Amino acid sequence: MQRNLNHTKICVIEKVIDETPTVRTLIFSDDVMSSVLPGQFAMVWIPGINELPMSVMIAQESGKAAFTVRKHGPASTGLFNVKVGQQIGVRGPYGNSFDLKQGKLLLVGGGTGLVPMMRLLTHIKPNDDVTVLIGAKSKNEVFFEDLANNLLKNNPHRVIVTTDDGTYGEKGFVTSMVEKLVNEINFDGIYTCGPEIMMYKTVQLAHSRGLFVQASLERMMKCGVGICGSCCVGEDLVCKDGTVFDGDHLISNKEFGRFHRNKAGILENY
Amino acid sequence: MEPSLVTSIGKIQLERPVMLASGILGISLDVFNRLYRSGAGAVVSKSLSTEPWDGYPNPTIFGINGGGWINAVGLSNPGAPNFAKMIEPNKDVPIIISLVGSIPEDFSTMVEQFKNSKVIAYELNLSCPHVAKVGLEVGDDPELVKKIVSTVKNSTNVPVIAKVGLGTTHYLNTVSAAIDSGIDAITAINTIRAIAIDVETQRPILSNKFGGLSGTPIKPIALRCVYEISSKYDIPIIGCGGISTWEDALEFILAGASAIQIGSAIGDNWIHVFNDINKGILQYMKRKGYSKIDEMIGLAKKS
Repeated sequence: MQRNLNHTKICVIEKVIDETPTVRTLIFSDDVMSSVLPGQFAMVWIPGINELPMSVMIAQESGKAAFTVRKHGPASTGLFNVKVGQQIGVRGPYGNSFDLKQGKLLLVGGGTGLVPMMRLLTHIKPNDDVTVLIGAKSKNEVFFEDLANNLLKNNPHRVIVTTDDGTYGEKGFVTSMVEKLVNEINFDGIYTCGPEIMMYKTVQLAHSRGLFVQASLERMMKCGVGICGSCCVGEDLVCKDGTVFDGDHLISNKEFGRFHRNKAGILENY
Repeated sequence: MEPSLVTSIGKIQLERPVMLASGILGISLDVFNRLYRSGAGAVVSKSLSTEPWDGYPNPTIFGINGGGWINAVGLSNPGAPNFAKMIEPNKDVPIIISLVGSIPEDFSTMVEQFKNSKVIAYELNLSCPHVAKVGLEVGDDPELVKKIVSTVKNSTNVPVIAKVGLGTTHYLNTVSAAIDSGIDAITAINTIRAIAIDVETQRPILSNKFGGLSGTPIKPIALRCVYEISSKYDIPIIGCGGISTWEDALEFILAGASAIQIGSAIGDNWIHVFNDINKGILQYMKRKGYSKIDEMIGLAKKS
């Protein structure tokens, strides 16, 4: 019988990589998850703890997939603490993916928003000229710099790290670097994932210059399949219409960058 | 002449017979507008309580191999006052407000909070199978059902619908109690209490352990209930349970439903399901020579 993507599939964690003191990558084998498109996500069950939406990470080996998680609340801390040999459940993949442009590309990732950016790097063409911006608060929160350079080793590329406190790379917010770059370079495609305010500014900067831009949104998500409604942003459902949205569309969405909903569905300001 | 999809559920008139079921996508007026444009004849809100509820932790939903879902979202909702404020700007969308509570006063308090909103009906959730002290636990007590229905009917002139389900008391007793107290229509049925266990980890998957079974597995049961209610009582019925195609929708209409609600099918086929069903019903009507939905309601009872 064909696999029911809504039915939780149990997978065993095979390897854990510490990216920073608070960020880990968990690697497991699963043919379905290993072939997802950049931007797609899975609902990940940590038995006895919770289930949470996770962007699916790169699969450098055939048949392997990974999730990169930052410990934050009970659910993400539960996933962070999963050891090699332990089981997690996955269902999906869900959601759409980035439209890949060719030429000069800019990828802007903040925190674990870098995950879909790394997956996107595995889909770029050999001649694409790629700039990756990694935003972090400080030096000890920077990760995936080596991975990005490694994935881009055959492309013309540069990886720029910004830290809010200047302890590593360029000092300042990543969006200041976005502004500098879009003023200098006529990018063919800009992709972003991370904190919504960062994405909001990136989309505004790109859109105002007429550049193609897409953002992968994150919202409170319970079902992942368009039933519970928790992840709505204006008229859009992040799980079914996204997670990836065009900048043109987002600019006209009155909730993007301004509001999100809590567990009860009440709108709250960012 | 083109057949008409207009249908009446007692005093409630709808342009189209397919509505959004309660519990699905129901927390944003913007989404309601989109669903209405997508072909829904009406939208039913999430079940609202007097205060905001977070609902249960995840996992809250599980897809069954072979089709169907088990969910225990836990009636998460922003609370009646917040919701009433959100739908204040509504002009066009026929909104039915679903209400959940434990005592008659919960319901009458909330009805009062919606008095300035454009609402075409209230649907009393007497049948959620996985939250304590509300839903099915209320629906299983016919005396309490009578008190709730009477109280709500005395609080508003807007039509009131009772949504019944399969609990420990025979659902026909709940239907009877609601009709005795002046209910305007019945929605049948809700999800059915169920569980899913993962064999690898050897534990229930949903955080609440028990959830409500929905989707195609419950369709024949829901259809049976609609047929039984329409055979026994003269009350408008809204069919709900596992409807995903125009044929499913017509089965419910032929069994006696004046309208139908869609829930799980949205998880499988997204919101195109409304227009797909509308188109299918229209084509069927043309082929069979019907001009109104009303001509088809309950026809299966003749055979």
